[in-house]
Amino acid sequence: MVTQAGPARARPLWVAGALGVLAVSMIAGLLDGAADISPWQVVLQVVDWLPVTRVDSGLAPVEQMLLFELRLPRVLVAAVVGGLLAMAGAGYQGVFRNPLADPYLLGAAAGAGLATTAAIVLLPSVAGSIPVAAFVGAVGGVFLAYTLGNTAGRAGGTATLVLAGVAVTSFLTAIQTFIQQFNVEELQRIYSWILGDVGGGWDQLWLVLPYAVVSTVVLLLHGRMLDVLSVGDEEATSLGVRAGRVRFTVLLAASLATAAAVAVSGLIGFVGIVIPHVVRRLAGGSYRIVLPLSLIGGAAFLVLADLVARTVLAPAELPIGVVTMFVGAPFFVGVLRMTRRTVT
Amino acid sequence: MRPVRTAFAGALLGTLVLAGCGQTGTTASPSATAPTSTSAATGGFPVTIEAGNGQVTIAKKPERIVSLSATHTETLFAIGAGPQVIAVDAASNHPPEAPKTDLSGFKPNVEAIVAQKPDLVIVSDDLDQVVKELGKVNVPVLHQPSATKLDEAYEEIAELGAATGNKAKADEVVAGMKAAMDKLAAEAPKAGKLTYYHELDQTPYAATSQTFIGQIYAMFGLTNVADKAPEAAGGYPKLSAEFVAQADPDLIFLADVKCCRQSKETLAERPGWKNLSAIKNDRVVQLDDDIASRWGPRVVELAETIGAAVAKAGAS
Repeated sequence: MVTQAGPARARPLWVAGALGVLAVSMIAGLLDGAADISPWQVVLQVVDWLPVTRVDSGLAPVEQMLLFELRLPRVLVAAVVGGLLAMAGAGYQGVFRNPLADPYLLGAAAGAGLATTAAIVLLPSVAGSIPVAAFVGAVGGVFLAYTLGNTAGRAGGTATLVLAGVAVTSFLTAIQTFIQQFNVEELQRIYSWILGDVGGGWDQLWLVLPYAVVSTVVLLLHGRMLDVLSVGDEEATSLGVRAGRVRFTVLLAASLATAAAVAVSGLIGFVGIVIPHVVRRLAGGSYRIVLPLSLIGGAAFLVLADLVARTVLAPAELPIGVVTMFVGAPFFVGVLRMTRRTVT
Repeated sequence: MRPVRTAFAGALLGTLVLAGCGQTGTTASPSATAPTSTSAATGGFPVTIEAGNGQVTIAKKPERIVSLSATHTETLFAIGAGPQVIAVDAASNHPPEAPKTDLSGFKPNVEAIVAQKPDLVIVSDDLDQVVKELGKVNVPVLHQPSATKLDEAYEEIAELGAATGNKAKADEVVAGMKAAMDKLAAEAPKAGKLTYYHELDQTPYAATSQTFIGQIYAMFGLTNVADKAPEAAGGYPKLSAEFVAQADPDLIFLADVKCCRQSKETLAERPGWKNLSAIKNDRVVQLDDDIASRWGPRVVELAETIGAAVAKAGAS
């Protein structure tokens, strides 16, 4: 793992650049969609929404409503979810000092998958049961893996924790598959939840936002600690950092971020592992820069992925998970190749 | 080292599975018997049916039928083959008197099927090679896949009649269905201006006019909003919610009522949908999920529901 930070004065530039990319992505996401509305009319309509200005966009009420109730929150949810997943991925990679760590490493995905499947099968009529179930499941999965990992192995050891995550994932997935087996008619709903969706409207945004804020603040504050941890537990201890406590706090915040993201959007793959690596390749390995840039970069990436998902076959849609993996993998390989010589 | 070992384990496992299958296999497969004329004496048997799994010959009138398809269960009971049916799969919920078991049509267990000592098994999907496996133990299987056209649905009903010795009753059922459908089509208002959206689940997945159910809507001169989806998206595209909102269909048919408890009220709660004219004008029709996904005799009931909704919408 690279520990060397980039030159300190370059950081604001990187952050400003990333924010620029995010802004462009979000504007693009707002301008295009399956409904046949010209970008210019969207611009007029957005100006009309602003508190002081009144412009006639020429849009029918139903079209104004779909922009405000569907497209706008969708772009925002995609941004929040993408940012959370990428930042959580960076956090996990820091805690485990493992480049393959992703937000789903500790059983969050399997726990959420099981709980959601159970909710779809057992509580089909309860509105809003899926996000709650996914959240509880994700937190439960991580809790199970963490408890197992800490009781089975040396306390605070990361290897046992990862193995516990693998075991918990298999076990919970087995139960989920068992439930599915006896409710085959629900397969399609479960499957489409797994492939991810960010089209839940404002409700989903309000649902995810509190967790997003808390976990973001906690993670961003721990960038320096993760830098210290990356040299090894003993060295960190000698520098006055309590490795176990830092690890626990970062895991808690990253898992909260993951659970919140999974709750509103399903299991969107690839964002959490790729974005932090791309950031590291471009801007250096210090967590003080990797965490904020992952947050912004993940947001921009998922907004663009969702834009592709809802326009490429319009008016039909692709599941967003398909896009993140199909577009993300070659993009990742490209970045790896381009930066081969600069960072190892 | 590890890949080699894994490959070896895989090969070993494969051999075991093959050996396991081979033990029960015998040489004579039911479809290998010489085709005989369907119009032979003694109640028409033996008969040869052209099914999804090729020509299937049934030597004598089956008395122990197992149906692994909800659609075909409905058909069997409608054509008077009910008394011959000894077991149906867990999804066969109609008619209520069907001998429902926990056999699965989605994950068929050949041993459990054979344990029923069937003399004819009817499936709509050949999953896990169930047709081949049953063939190995000399159980005749009719694979009658999902109909893509109304004519195919009629054909399958007639074929089930021939295969079970209920040809006359089956032909009567088909004739009755055809007459009812023709009558509904003739009565349908021919304004041809109404648009509709048929929802399979709240993702939302829709059905286009290319599908079996889409063709039934077409009988009533309705235009499907999902047809704007490109062909690459298939017959059941996942539509964009904002597209449906903008298309603002005159009629909305929900086939996710039983599974997902969708209704006019839940549609109105979806972001951006509450001003849809179908919701405001009370033209959201709750279909029976089962009837709307099967291609048996109850297709007529589905067409009647659609026809009534169209007539109501056309009148106002």
